[in-house]
Order: sequence, then structure tokens, then C-alpha cells
Amino acid sequence: MEKAKTIRPALSGAGKVRIFGRTYHRDQLLCALVLMIPVLVAVFMLFILPVIQVIRYSFTNFALNTGKGDYVGIENYKYLFQDERMFKAFFNTACFAVLKLVFDTGLALLIALMLDSNVPLRKFLRSTYFAPVVVPVVASSLIWIWFFDPDVGPLNQILGFFGIQPLGWLYSENTALISILIFSVWKGVGYNVMLFLTGLQNIPDSYIEAAKVDGASNFQSLVRIKLPLLRPITSFIVMIGIINTFKVFAEVNVMTPKGGPGYSTAMIVNYIYEQAFTRGKMGRACAASIILFVVIFIFTTIQSRLNSSKEVSYE
Amino acid sequence: MSKSKLKRYNWFIFVLLFIGSLTMIFPFVWMILSSFKTVRDVYTYPPKWLPSEWKWTNFETVFRMIPFGRYYLNSIFTSVAQTFLQIVLSIFGAYCITFLDFPGKKKLTVLIRSTMFVPMVVTLVPMYLIVAKLHGIDTYGGIILPQVFSAFTLFLISSFFAAIPKDLVDSARIDGCGYFRIMGTIVIPNSKASISTAALFSFLGHWKSYTWPLIITNKDKYRTLPIGMKYLVQESSSEYQVMMAASVMAILPVLILFVLFEKQLVKSVTLTGMKA
Repeated sequence: MEKAKTIRPALSGAGKVRIFGRTYHRDQLLCALVLMIPVLVAVFMLFILPVIQVIRYSFTNFALNTGKGDYVGIENYKYLFQDERMFKAFFNTACFAVLKLVFDTGLALLIALMLDSNVPLRKFLRSTYFAPVVVPVVASSLIWIWFFDPDVGPLNQILGFFGIQPLGWLYSENTALISILIFSVWKGVGYNVMLFLTGLQNIPDSYIEAAKVDGASNFQSLVRIKLPLLRPITSFIVMIGIINTFKVFAEVNVMTPKGGPGYSTAMIVNYIYEQAFTRGKMGRACAASIILFVVIFIFTTIQSRLNSSKEVSYE
Repeated sequence: MSKSKLKRYNWFIFVLLFIGSLTMIFPFVWMILSSFKTVRDVYTYPPKWLPSEWKWTNFETVFRMIPFGRYYLNSIFTSVAQTFLQIVLSIFGAYCITFLDFPGKKKLTVLIRSTMFVPMVVTLVPMYLIVAKLHGIDTYGGIILPQVFSAFTLFLISSFFAAIPKDLVDSARIDGCGYFRIMGTIVIPNSKASISTAALFSFLGHWKSYTWPLIITNKDKYRTLPIGMKYLVQESSSEYQVMMAASVMAILPVLILFVLFEKQLVKSVTLTGMKA
């Protein structure tokens, strides 16, 4: 694609340069050089250098207050693998990721299938599901902090209306993570709805019609045609979902600043933040960042493998 | 509307969807109504839906409690600057990898693509130390510059560029246009609509950006809106009506953008979905 697009120099012969046995056009090279330099500087400063540094610092005891650190080998990693808080943070993140994936993907698929059927006010309904996605996370967290207030929050009052005992929500070890999950699903489900909906609308009507002619019920055409054709999008949603839950920080930091009751809402990023900026243990935080990176990387790779091995084609 | 059409609608599913969508917008309705409530309204039982009197007091209180105006301006300035720089860099890079031929292009493209596998949260700590070394803490540069590059935006724009008819570009070249001029007069104008969608998307992302500004600012003077609002939660100690007034002011511009540009926003979401 890119190759076919490349501009062919109109003047052959003039201004040609040979590099490593290939011929380039001098003006193109000049233009590319000027334009790529700022891009490459950004890539170097914002990715390559920090990645090198995060690896390097992870083997030192670099401290925020002294600004110095000595090589300590794998001491940081040893510490992390013995630290209960770190396991707790990992466990919380994993629980959160699994639950969020199940709810986000399941609900989104259900909503998208319903929106894809023949209902009035479809555009309006679609917009309402998507609206929370674009809203800033901190501002919307503030609304939910009130919702979750055990004394004056509307949620406990609704529970009371049904005769259910009030919950502690963000203030109880058992429900804090669930509370953040509820917020997070509300905030994020619309994104997946949009993706599923586009996928559904891209399925040619003729497939469904043909199935109908062959006597397939609605349910059969859903299971046999729609769901298999949605698989690539589902894989994408799962992949993005995993990566994004491992990056969760803002809502947790706003709603439960110190990791919640009994450290029950602390995510990996909260742990890294705490080590680095509250305790000033930069080296340890870097080691934790690397563990986080490895986990994200593994999930991403597994996911893309699964995806490519199960590719369906109806063409 | 004819009777048969009404009949053909699936009303059962509609009711389910409608209940769902009320749940989705309930927090916004609650926020707007509550931003006018008094303390007494907030702490009564059973809860009051409507404020007892419509007054702007809470909005004034927000500005008294925290330097809200300053946060707002900081947010506008940093988000606009980040978006602008990000789009410029993306156009540069996308133009090179789409239209130009130069040595090492394939390797550089792979390098740029691989940056997508390194989320910001992983490089947070070294980035902080680098910025600190360059005296960037509590400066606009320190907030803006680390967030100006996104490989994702670059490849999105590159996919827009790839859709430009090849003849258009080639004929400009035959007319003797230089490569910079082709970019400025053919490529960019022909993908203006798509580029502005990417810009809108990127702006919304920067507007709500939280983690990096939180780390890199200590002084009120440089704090952005999301950070300011986090401190409002601590400052206001459960004065929910004030928090709601602040949320209204932070969310409203975004909701307006959303209503105006919903189609483009949905398009960019789906584009990114398809691009996987």
C-alpha cells in the first residue's frame, strides 16, 4: 500500500542518489529528512530514552529525595515479589480486569444487538450510551462519589426503597472495588457498543436474508452468522479492554485516594505511583513498571495469536 | 407515521433500551439539578429531586474555594497546544511514510508502530526524572511536551493520506511542485475533514488527561482542571452541591462538542476499531 503510493519523481535522471544500492530522489530525501527529524526526536525523547531509563533505574535504589541511586542488582524485583501490597494491587487489577471485560463486553454486545433491531428513536438512544465515554473521567467521578455516599447518596436510598440494607460502597472493603467497577462500566460500555454496532451494520443484509430463506430463526442467525462475523471486533475489544484496565488510575485515585479501605481498590498503577511519588522509591517503582509492561505485553501477544488462529471468512 | 410502521417496531426491546439509556444519562441530569441545590437540599431525607430555589451560589463558591478560572485556562492552553503539536508531528510523519521514499523507512515505521506497545504508565517514572533534569516541573513545557506524540494519531492520519487519489499527487509533481508544497497544497487540504476529526479526538483526550499533569505539577499556577477538581474533593469535604457545580462547568463544553460533532466522534471510534 505505502509502496504503491510513494511519489514517483517526474524527472528521471536528475537529482538521483544511490544509498545502499537503492536509488532515491534527492528532493524526496531532503523533505523526508526535514519532516522526520522532529518525529524522531519525539520518539527518542518520549519512548526510547524513557524505556532505557526505566530498565536501568529498576536495578538501582534511586531515591526521589536524594536524586541519586546505586546499582543494587535484582534487589527491587526481589522486594516486589515479597511485597504483599504489590500482590494485592496485582490481584485487584486482575479481578477488576476480568469483571470489567465480562460486563463491558457482554453488556455492550447485548445493547448493540438491541440497537441494531428495529426500534424507534434509535439515534437518540445510541447517543445516550455513548455520552459517558467522551465525558472527562475526573468530573464524572465526582458525580459518582456522591452516588456512592453511604449517608446521603442516592444509591443507598434506592436500595432502602426496596428494603435492602444500605451498603458502604467506596468506604467498605467488600464493595469498594465493585463500586469503581460500576462507575467504570457506566463510563466505558458505550465505546464497545459503538464498535459492535458498526460491526453489526457492516454485515451484509444478504447474509441474514439468505439464512432466513433457508429457514433459520433469529436466534440461529445470531449464533451462526452475526457472532462469528463479530469475532475480529470482539478480539479487538478484549485486547483494548485488558490493556486499558491495566492502565486504570485516574478514577481510582480520585474516588479512593489512598488505595481504598484495606488497600482494596489499589491498582498496579496506584502502587507504582505510591512507590515513586509518595515513598520516593524510584528504583522500586521502575521495577514494578517493568513487571506491568511484561504483563500487558503477554496479554497483547496471546490475544493477537488467538485472533489470527481463529480468523473467519465468509467471502 | 402509519399504523403498520408503529406495529413493526420492536417495542419490547425499545423499553429495555430506554430504561438503559435513562440509567446512562441519570448522572448528568442529577449533576445539573444538584448544582443548584443548597446544603440543606443535599442532606435531607428522602432526597430532593429539584433544588428548593435556583441560585448560582454554588458556581461562585467553586471559584472562591479553588482557583478554578486559572485551572480552566491552563487546561484550555495545554490541551490546545498538545493537540496542535500532536497533529503537526503526525502529519509530518504520516506524509513521509505514505508518500516519500527514503532509506530505513520500513525500520522507522516499525519503530514508530512499536511505541504503541509502551503505555505512558510504564514510562511515568523515568519520564518524570527526565523532565525534572530539564527543569520542567511546574512549567507548561513540562506538562505539554511529554504528551505531544501519538503513533496512533500518526497512523490514523496516514490512513487518511493513503485514501487520496494518487493521480492528484503525481500530477502536482509533474507540474513541478516541490514535496513540501505537495504536502501543503494537495495532501493536507484534501484530508482536512479527517484531520480535524483526529484533532477533535486528540483534544478530548488531552482535556481529560490526569496522570501526567498530576505528577508534574505542584503549584496551583500550573494545575489543570482535572487535577484542580481532585483537590476540590478534599477541600470541599462532602459539599456535593459545590462539586456538582464544578463538574457541570468541566463537563458542559465537552457535552456541547459531543452534540455538535457526534457523527465525527463515532466515526473516529469505529475507524480505530477497524484499524486493529
